[in-house]
Amino acid sequence: MTSRDRNEPLLQVRNVTRYYGERIGCSNVSFDLWPGEVLAIVGESGSGKTTLLNCLSTRLAPTTGAIEYRMRDGAMRNLYQLGEAERRLLMRTDWGFVHQNAADGLRMNVSAGANVGERLMAVGERHYGNIRTSANDWLGRVEIAGDRIDDDPRSFSGGMRQRLQIARNLVTHPRLVFMDEPTGGLDVSVQARLLDLLRRLVADLGLSVVIVTHDLAVARLLSHRLMVMRQGDVIETGLTDQVLDDPREPYTQLLVSSILQV
Amino acid sequence: MSIAVETDDELPVEGDYNFAYLDEQTKRMIRRAILKGIAIPGYQVPFAAREMPMPYGWGTGGVQVTAAILGKDDCLKMIDQGSDDTTNAVSLRSFFEKTAGIRTTYETSEATVIQTRHRIPEKPLTEDQVLVFQVPIPEPLRFLEPRETETRKMHALEDYGLMHVKLYEDIARNGHIATTYAYPVKVNDRYVMDPSPTPKFDNPKIDRMAALQLYGAGREKRIYAVPPYTEVKSLDFEDYPFEIQKFDKPCGLCGAENVYLDEVILDDRGGRMFVCSDSDHCEERRADGHLGPMAADPAAADIAGPTGKETAR
Repeated sequence: MTSRDRNEPLLQVRNVTRYYGERIGCSNVSFDLWPGEVLAIVGESGSGKTTLLNCLSTRLAPTTGAIEYRMRDGAMRNLYQLGEAERRLLMRTDWGFVHQNAADGLRMNVSAGANVGERLMAVGERHYGNIRTSANDWLGRVEIAGDRIDDDPRSFSGGMRQRLQIARNLVTHPRLVFMDEPTGGLDVSVQARLLDLLRRLVADLGLSVVIVTHDLAVARLLSHRLMVMRQGDVIETGLTDQVLDDPREPYTQLLVSSILQV
Repeated sequence: MSIAVETDDELPVEGDYNFAYLDEQTKRMIRRAILKGIAIPGYQVPFAAREMPMPYGWGTGGVQVTAAILGKDDCLKMIDQGSDDTTNAVSLRSFFEKTAGIRTTYETSEATVIQTRHRIPEKPLTEDQVLVFQVPIPEPLRFLEPRETETRKMHALEDYGLMHVKLYEDIARNGHIATTYAYPVKVNDRYVMDPSPTPKFDNPKIDRMAALQLYGAGREKRIYAVPPYTEVKSLDFEDYPFEIQKFDKPCGLCGAENVYLDEVILDDRGGRMFVCSDSDHCEERRADGHLGPMAADPAAADIAGPTGKETAR
């Protein structure tokens, strides 16, 4: 990584607002995301976290505001001024999106190997042997046994599906990954293993991540920086430890104190 | 090809039906779709398919394309699974005999328009011929992506990774590409196209074919085309290249090799033989004196029918 890469933000978000008719989804959000940084967006249900994530990942056009991304050639480009073909290419090479429900992010009717290989084939890989080797390698990295490579994700447990989804996203070595409640719906021990895995992968690959979660423990473990949202507004931002150990806003204090201490 | 454009001084002969069943406005609409299809090889052009006096699955798309391009001087051949005398071929041939009153034939070389279901004739086609395919499902991406909005977008953006996912699955499950018909092709290095349910044996014939190929899907309301001498490449992997079916025996009746064979059950004691799927090709060879290993078999004689040319009316 050159020093320039490190000194310039990967993603620049300026005054992003999204209305659903009269109602507000998220309003006036601005932040920078730096290479290798993990940013968590926390808040209760309906606070606009997912709306914001969808705006960032070009899945939902913001009503106003600008989102710029540093392309591999170093140029900052406004995401919503890219052509659709460019945006798709970005989605399947430079980005990843991990859905809360793994079935949304996987092709449930094709094998695990094909799920991992799909992005490679989409960017022009045409050698079966190489695709299979990559798929095997990535299944290993997310702790899925190699003999499950030809099985449907339907036969996988929730935790395995989630790990498969992660492998499928990381196979093209993206620089930025969006995660929407990646541990939602998993039991706590499986959650803990998944978090370990994510933390390791993020560190090994130097990924930038925007992770949406309502689980403060997930934010604490994974993220460097934290944004707290409430009713569409960002009410507090800061380093994760700083925000969680010394919350300023009454709402954040409430959120932090709501966690059961065991 | 004879896309007959009726001028004012040469009005169509009005009998019980308008010439070739469809009204002139409909033909005009279909011809526009055909011309657009030819201009963008492999692109599926939507068209307002009409109700035809036959059920979907019988070739309503092919029939409409044929009806739109037929002229009074055309000679029509109808093929169903390579054969001229099976139900579908016989019915559609008599449909056009009745509604257009044109000449029909069994002979590949005599026909100017050939409508086919599943097969491309073994004999190479020429520049003066048009091959019309009946297509059940025109969208090659359909089985992996059910949303039409999404598949259209994928075509528009040339986002064809999914097609290889299907081939990958084939190899992963069967050790080789097990797709044997409707084998996806890339036309003119742009659009991925489903060459209708023809066996992949016929895919090499589609590539740089001298004749114009028109594909009509009636239920799905799509027309697409491959103009003469267009490059058509069957999709594959570098380490699993595209291959056509191979048969270890020649045709039982005419001894032809390197042709597509059908299996025919002869009795209930396991007797069977493999014969040319292209019945006209087989008859022509037998008339020229070629005989296969089973030609003398009495059971086979039933299937072969009277030897020699059998030109319909």
